[in-house]
Amino acid sequence: MKLTHDFIERKIGWMIVFVLLVVSVGGLVEIVPLFFQKSTTQPVAGLKPYTAVQLSGRDIYLREGCYNCHSQMIRPFRAETERYGHYSVAGEFVYDHPFQWGSKRTGPDLHRVGGRYSDEWHRVHLLNPRDVVPESNMPAYFWLDRPLDGSDIEARMRALRLVGVPYTDEDIKDAATQLKGKTELDALVAYLQGLGTALKQTR
Amino acid sequence: MSDFVSGFWSVYVALVTGVSILGCGVFLWMQSKVKQVPAGAEPELKDHVWDEDLQEYNNPLPRWWMWLFYITIVFALGYLAVYPGLGSYKGSFGWTSAREYEDEMQKANAQYAPIFEQFARQDLKSVAADPKARQMGERLFVTYCAQCHGSDARGAKGFPNLADSDWLYGGEPEQIKQSILEGRNGVMPPGLLAGEEAKDAAHYVRSLSGLAADSIRVARGKEKFAASCSACHGPDGKGMQAVGAPNLTDQTWLYGSSETTILEGIAKGRNNQMPAHKEFLGEAKAHLLAAYVYGLSADAARTDKK
Repeated sequence: MKLTHDFIERKIGWMIVFVLLVVSVGGLVEIVPLFFQKSTTQPVAGLKPYTAVQLSGRDIYLREGCYNCHSQMIRPFRAETERYGHYSVAGEFVYDHPFQWGSKRTGPDLHRVGGRYSDEWHRVHLLNPRDVVPESNMPAYFWLDRPLDGSDIEARMRALRLVGVPYTDEDIKDAATQLKGKTELDALVAYLQGLGTALKQTR
Repeated sequence: MSDFVSGFWSVYVALVTGVSILGCGVFLWMQSKVKQVPAGAEPELKDHVWDEDLQEYNNPLPRWWMWLFYITIVFALGYLAVYPGLGSYKGSFGWTSAREYEDEMQKANAQYAPIFEQFARQDLKSVAADPKARQMGERLFVTYCAQCHGSDARGAKGFPNLADSDWLYGGEPEQIKQSILEGRNGVMPPGLLAGEEAKDAAHYVRSLSGLAADSIRVARGKEKFAASCSACHGPDGKGMQAVGAPNLTDQTWLYGSSETTILEGIAKGRNNQMPAHKEFLGEAKAHLLAAYVYGLSADAARTDKK
């Protein structure tokens, strides 16, 4: 085999191999090593896995597509940290599968929204944002005040354990009891109130 | 200490990066061996034919494009020498994003800290009278407080109006600053009264501020109020700032003055929180904000008197 223009163009199997080789360089050098870095694979001190209620809230966050308008990634610029708090670090997301960094901010970043507002504020705001922020263009999620369906919570937690979230057997066993009587709104608020609280709220 | 779990990864990244850059160079060199044919001469034809008669000249790469690519390769090598990129090699500039951020913060601090400090030394009332401080306070307010209290500071249902002269926890500048730094938690316990008793008390509460109420219920509600509500709202219903219990005899309503809303409050209680901002905002910003908020209500008090 002689590596000529003619050869590569005619032997489509080889062409696929060469194309894959070229395309994979970026991933090999930029993605693969991230799985072997301490800052990206080890949790920051004080980071806890989501409770069953928070996890259900997270699923609602995904279901409603909150990530379409809200990022969860505070970049290390003064303009961002003055408004949102300490910039995000990779170790805060190790229990997120998948992470919710997002890439578009129609609304504000939510990575450190935990503890910034009261539970009551979140309830009012989620059901109708304009009740508290008249200028808001966020849609109203008025249907969230309904019972939470937590029937598959154990399976979800077991799946997360497979990818490295340290849930104990007790955590999984207790999950269904914890979800009893909760509304979707409760769960989502619990999730939001826990966001970004592992690192101190300083700039 | 390297961030990688083993030294292998540093070598791996450096190797893949180096080999791919060199690879680009080699390919480029191979392609640039084809020479430009002199004007008028026919360039060499590639030996394949598509669709019966479709053939291709073996023209060289455009020179400008080729040289641009060579320059890019040289730039990449220079970049990797001065910036971090080759595994754990830190680059001769020693640049990190964290340090760039700290530099940015330090520069901003040097510029802005003296301004904040100048106001932090003054007492809140004189800061509130300073137009420059109020302008700064307004910007801070719109960034950090408007989500709950509104961009005009007039609040919303359940979130206090800060631009009037009525206060849940006291309107002295120090009390306002305390609210910002340490937060507040307003709690009304649920279900102290129920059914007809609750309704009677609700009518009594409405009568306190001169709203329409059933006089028989008002008479009955007075006792209920004294027994169940006066501990926080006071025997005369004028509230208690130490626990943040609202004055029920004025025209300011946190949740609303309708019978339904009052009954909802009695049945379910109320629980809302102003989070502490000490850690997040720090002393200097809280000082300016407290002065700004105090200034708003001082304006309101002046208009009230007129």
